Amino acid sequence: MRAFATLLDRLSYTPSRNGKLTLMTGYFRSASDPDRGFALAALTDGLPFSFPLRRAITDLAENRFDAELYRLSRDYVGDTAETLSLIWSSSVQGASAPRLSEIVERVKSMGRDEHAAQLAAWLDHLDVNGRWALLKFLGGAARVGVSARLAKLAVAEAFGKSIDEIEELWHGLSPPYGDLFDWLEGRAGPPEQSLTPVFRPLMLAHPLEDADYQALDIAAFAFEWKWDGIRVQVGSRNGITRMFSRSGDDIGTAFPDLLEGLSFDGVLDGELLVVRNGEVAPFSDLQQRLNRKSVTRTMIAKYPVHVRLYDALDLNGEDLRSMTFMERRERLERWYEGNNPRAMDLSEQLRPQSKDDLKRIWDGTRHSGIEGLMLKRRDSPYLVGRPKGHWYKWKRAALTADCVLMYAQRGSGKRSSFYSDYTFGVWAEGGVLVPVGKSYSGYTDAELLELDRFVRQNTIERFGPVRSVEAKLVLEVAFDAIQRSTRHKAGLAMRFPRIVRIRWDKPAAEADTLEGLSRLVE
Amino acid sequence: MTAMSISASFETWLRPEAGGLYCVPGDFYIDPHAAVDRAIVTHGHSDHARPGNAAVLATPETIGIMGLRLGEFAAGRFQPLAYGEALKIGDVTVMLAPAGHILGSAQVAIDYRGRRAVISGDYKRHADPTCPPFELVPCDLFITEATFGLPVFRHEHDKDEIAKLLASLAAFPERTHQIGVYGLGKCQRLIALLRAAGYDKPVWLHGALRSMTDYYESRGIALGATPSVASTGERLAGEIVLSPPSALSDRWSRRFSDPLDGFASGWMRIRGRARQRGIELPLVISDHADWPELLRTIRETGAEEIWVTHGREEGIVHAARAMGLRARALALVGREDEAE
Repeated sequence: MRAFATLLDRLSYTPSRNGKLTLMTGYFRSASDPDRGFALAALTDGLPFSFPLRRAITDLAENRFDAELYRLSRDYVGDTAETLSLIWSSSVQGASAPRLSEIVERVKSMGRDEHAAQLAAWLDHLDVNGRWALLKFLGGAARVGVSARLAKLAVAEAFGKSIDEIEELWHGLSPPYGDLFDWLEGRAGPPEQSLTPVFRPLMLAHPLEDADYQALDIAAFAFEWKWDGIRVQVGSRNGITRMFSRSGDDIGTAFPDLLEGLSFDGVLDGELLVVRNGEVAPFSDLQQRLNRKSVTRTMIAKYPVHVRLYDALDLNGEDLRSMTFMERRERLERWYEGNNPRAMDLSEQLRPQSKDDLKRIWDGTRHSGIEGLMLKRRDSPYLVGRPKGHWYKWKRAALTADCVLMYAQRGSGKRSSFYSDYTFGVWAEGGVLVPVGKSYSGYTDAELLELDRFVRQNTIERFGPVRSVEAKLVLEVAFDAIQRSTRHKAGLAMRFPRIVRIRWDKPAAEADTLEGLSRLVE
Repeated sequence: MTAMSISASFETWLRPEAGGLYCVPGDFYIDPHAAVDRAIVTHGHSDHARPGNAAVLATPETIGIMGLRLGEFAAGRFQPLAYGEALKIGDVTVMLAPAGHILGSAQVAIDYRGRRAVISGDYKRHADPTCPPFELVPCDLFITEATFGLPVFRHEHDKDEIAKLLASLAAFPERTHQIGVYGLGKCQRLIALLRAAGYDKPVWLHGALRSMTDYYESRGIALGATPSVASTGERLAGEIVLSPPSALSDRWSRRFSDPLDGFASGWMRIRGRARQRGIELPLVISDHADWPELLRTIRETGAEEIWVTHGREEGIVHAARAMGLRARALALVGREDEAE
C-alpha cells in the first residue's frame, strides 16, 4: 500500500508525461504481485469490485467527529474524501498496513453492514497519503491525470516491450493481470488469445506536406473523404461485439443502438459519426454521445450514430493485416455485402483522373463541409503506428482571422515560467472586444519569448495565473472551422485554433469583427 | 461573578484595538499593525515586525533580524530582553519565553495584579534545530494564534518530508529541485534538516535568502555550504535550490535544468493549495503549531479564557468552548494567511 500511495501522490502532482512514465515504470518494476496488478487496474479499466464509498465516508464522518469541526474542515478542504484522509488520526500505522490484494479480497467478501467499520480499521493502519490513496482505490479508479494508455505504456517500457504488444493482449486480460506480468518478466509465454474481441493497435496517417504532394503518384494511391468523427474499431467474436476508441478504450456500452444484434467474426476499422437521413452531422452533435457510460432513448433518437467503414483487419479467423490495402478493401466489401449491417456503410472511394482533378476535389471540400481527403497507398499492409509514406491526411485549407490578444495565462510543465496560453478576441458593436478563442500552439519558441515579454510589459490586471493585457497586439489565428456556441459570450467557437503569425505591424483597430467571423460559420 | 464580567476584567487592561493588541497599564502594543510609540515584537516576520515604531522591546535575535530586514527605519530605539528575564513596565511585569517558531521568536507573558496573560505570537512545538524549543508558560488568559486551527492540519514528521525530497532527487537526477521557502526561518530550518539527514552537497540560494541565512550562521547555527545561485553559470541539474516562493516558475528559474518546483509549507497539506500554485513536490513542513499542538497548549497553560488571534479562529473557539473554557475570536487585522 505504501508504494502505491507514494506513486499516486507523486502522479497527482506531476504534470509532465515523461515524469509520470518515470514514476510508473519505477513502480511496476519493483512492486510485488498481485498488488501491482490491482494498481494497474486502478490506473486503467478500474477495479473489479464496487464499494459504497460515499455511504461509508458519511457514516464515519457523522459518528466519529464533532459535526461543527467536520463541517468547517470540509468547507475549507473542498473534497470529502481528502477531508476524511486529513482529519483522521490514527495511532496504529506502520507495519500492518493492508496490501492492495488484501483489500480487494476483503471487499469482495464483505457484508452490507461491514463497510464503515472495515474502512475505519484500514484508515487506522495508514498514514495520511495511505489514507488518501485507499479512498481513491475504494472509489474504483485512481483519477490522478494518467490515461489508461499511458499506464499501459509504462508497463511496456518497464519491461522492454512495445505498447502495441500490450494493447493487442489487453482486452483478453483481467486484474490482477498475473499472466501479463509472468510474460513480461519471462516466466511464461504470452497470455492466451482471448475468446472475446481484442483491440488491434491502429495504423495512422501523416499530414500531407508540400513535398509529399509534389512527389505524389496518384496511380499508387487510393483516395477517400476525411470524415470528422472519431476513429473506432469494431470487433466481434463468439457472439460478443465491442467498440474501441483509438486509444483502446472499450466505449461500446454507450452505443447499444449500434452494437445490439451485430455479430460477426472479425475486426473492422472505421469512423463513428452522427448521421441523419444520410447526412453527416457536425462534430458537436457526436460530442453529445461521447464520454458517457450509458445512454437514454431520447439521446439515441436525437443523435443517431453510424460507422463509416475504412478497413478490415481480421475476418473469419484470418488476420488480414499483412495483405495490401486493396486486398483488404475487397474483403471488406465482400463482408459488407454478405452481412448488410445496419447503421454502417463503406467509406466511398474517390477516383481522381489526374493530379489536377485531385486538387479540384480537395478545393471543394470546404464547400461541401468535409474535413479533407485521405490518401492510402494501394499496396501498403496495415502497419501499426504512423509509418512514413503509406497514409496521408490532407486537411482542407484552414480559415484565418486577425484577432486581438486579450488575456494570457501561464503554461504548465516546461512552460510554467511563460505566459503561453492566449485568449484573443475580435471587435463587436460599440468597439468592444469579445473573446472568440484560446490557443497555446502554432508559435515558435523564439516567438513564445517575445509574446511572454509583451504580456509582462503590457499587463493591465492580474487574476492569479492570468493577466489581462492592453488591446494592441494582433495575432493571426488559423482554425479549421467555426461553429455557433451558447457556451461562449461571442456565440461562436473555433475548432483547432492556432497562432500562425504575430502581426507586430498591424494596428489592433484593423483586426477582424464579430460580424465578419460569423459569416464563416458553416 | 458571571462569565461576562470575568471576561471584561481582562479587557480592562488588555484591549484589541484597530492598531493591534494594547496593554493599558503598561502603555504598549504587542506586534502593532501600524507604527506606535512603544511596541513589543514577538518575532521578525514582516506581518509582526513592522517598521517605524518609536521604541521596540524584543529578544536580541529579533532585534538583529529587524535591523537587517528593515534597516534604518526598523525602530527609533531598541531594547533587548533575553528569554526568561522579568522587566517591569509601568504597572505590569513582562517576560519573554521561547515560542519555537523561528530564531528569536517569543511568547509575551504579562503579569498584572496577580493575573497573567500570555500572547503566544506564532509558535510550534515540533522540534526545530534552528531555534530553542517552545516553553510552556502557565497563565489565566492565553492569546493564541490559529494559523492551522482546523483538525485537518496535522503536520507529519519533517524527516519524512526530507526523505521525500531526497527520493525525488534520486528519481529525477537530471532536474533542478527548486524549493520555495520563506526567507526567514523556513529556509534555514530546511537546510538544517537536510544536513541532519546526511545531505552534505551545497544547497544553492536565491539572493533574497542570503542575509538571513548568514545571520543564522552568525548566531552559531551551522548550515554547511550555501553558495548563491548568482555565483555559478551551471544549470544545477540534480541540485537543491532554495528561493522565495515568488521565484518559482518565473523568469529567474529558466536558468535551471528542467526545474521541479517544490514548496515547504504547512499549507501543502491541502492538495488544492499545492495544485493551484503548480507545485510538483509539496513538502509539509510548518513553523506553526498544528491542530493537536494548539489544543494541547491551550489545555496545558491552564488558562480559563482563550482569545484567538489570526487564522481559522472559528475551529479553535469551538474546540476551546467544548473544553469548558471561555473563548472568543479577536480578528486582528494585518495578519497574512500565507506568511508562515
